[in-house]
Amino acid sequence: MAAWTWFHRLGSPPHVFAFARRWTPWFGGFAAVAMLIALYGGLVLAPADYQQKDAFRMVYVHAPTAWLSLMIYSTMAVAAAVGLIWRMKVAHAAAAACAPIGAWFTVAALGTGMLWGKPMWGAYWVWDPRLTAELVLLFLYIGYMGLRAGIEDPAKADKASAVLAVVGIVNVPIIKFSVDWWNSLHQTATVMRMGKPTMDGDMLWPLLLMFVAFASYFIAILLIRLRAELLRRERNASWIREVLS
Amino acid sequence: MKTGSLTAARLVAMRDLRLAFRKPSQLLQPLVFFLIVATLFPLTLTPELSRLRDAAPGVLWVGALLSSLLALEFLFRDDAVDGTLEQFALSGQSLTWMLFAKTCTHWLLTGLPLALAAPVAAVGLGVPGESMFGVVASLALGSFALSLLGAIGAGLTLGARRGGVLLSLLTLPLAVPILIFGARATELAINGADIAAPMYLLGAIAVLGLTLAPLAAAAAVRIGLE
Repeated sequence: MAAWTWFHRLGSPPHVFAFARRWTPWFGGFAAVAMLIALYGGLVLAPADYQQKDAFRMVYVHAPTAWLSLMIYSTMAVAAAVGLIWRMKVAHAAAAACAPIGAWFTVAALGTGMLWGKPMWGAYWVWDPRLTAELVLLFLYIGYMGLRAGIEDPAKADKASAVLAVVGIVNVPIIKFSVDWWNSLHQTATVMRMGKPTMDGDMLWPLLLMFVAFASYFIAILLIRLRAELLRRERNASWIREVLS
Repeated sequence: MKTGSLTAARLVAMRDLRLAFRKPSQLLQPLVFFLIVATLFPLTLTPELSRLRDAAPGVLWVGALLSSLLALEFLFRDDAVDGTLEQFALSGQSLTWMLFAKTCTHWLLTGLPLALAAPVAAVGLGVPGESMFGVVASLALGSFALSLLGAIGAGLTLGARRGGVLLSLLTLPLAVPILIFGARATELAINGADIAAPMYLLGAIAVLGLTLAPLAAAAAVRIGLE
């Protein structure tokens, strides 16, 4: 019963606005502290990799951004589906707020991956399945944002982009599978296969902490963007005046 | 008496076929576009047939994809502009079935002719004659899956400005699996190998599209019409 009222409250823009305002510093602060600790752990405490030497430390930025890029897409699709099914305006606003963050995380994952690829593979870009899937994910984000920007009526833009997000999430596993399959056929005998070293505990905990930190950072940014999104959408509502006065 | 969904679908398909044959130029344009794109590759890459043969699957598939995107723009647009889609939505019939009929007709009029015309382009790319069946089969099945997928994009961009560019932007990333399996099937066919494996996967995607895409397309069109 309590869960149900909580769910109902999520549908109310003033409540969500207040919630977002209250929690942003907490998530942001936690992200900053955790990121500093994880950076220290990753760059100083963790031993150098026996093969990749210090270059492996790129993993502390690369892996969390790559994980989050996909997680944010799922979050966006779930928010979009909730918005479609229960006609919740806040859910649509949340999905709209997710897209640019997710796109930037994808860019960060691709960028750090390229920087890491140069010393390891000798090239900024190789057509590795994971890189390719990530690139397609970026295109999906761009398509989603393009559709949103292309439709003038905000209610229509919300629903149309929500359908696209849901169609996209059905497609993501298929894209992943097809890209893996594609590469397994075109596999050339290069160093593209990174040997998966069983990770040492000293290397692992900063990575996991970094992931938590990045996730917390995502939530903080999401809450800020959600507030901006709500302000823009509800600019004629009376509660805005009360909240901001 | 209420007409059944299948009857409504059949009537929509008949109507679309009749309309299409009254404007044959619209049917020919994507086809000619495809052949021109295929012609550009020998001019830009190399006129050597042996090297063109290696590039042939990519050329055929990218050409087919672009030309089907071009054709997709006309899938719903004319009917949305003159209010026909609105009448469909208000008719009390299943919009899903009617749009599915439209999509199938669209494939019959654009995707299938494209697959049948592909050997003309393929010969120019140095594809041996005995591989043509595989080339046509893979393009026919792949373009059907593309039409189903594209119907969602065409529905979503109904309410958008500059729908054409947006339609490509939405559909291309989602079409990656179809492109991969389709091009692989064509490549195997050109090399004289068994194309069953990628064809099964392409078929699986087409079946998934058959079951889900018309529903999503109907939802998209409904949003566009609001």
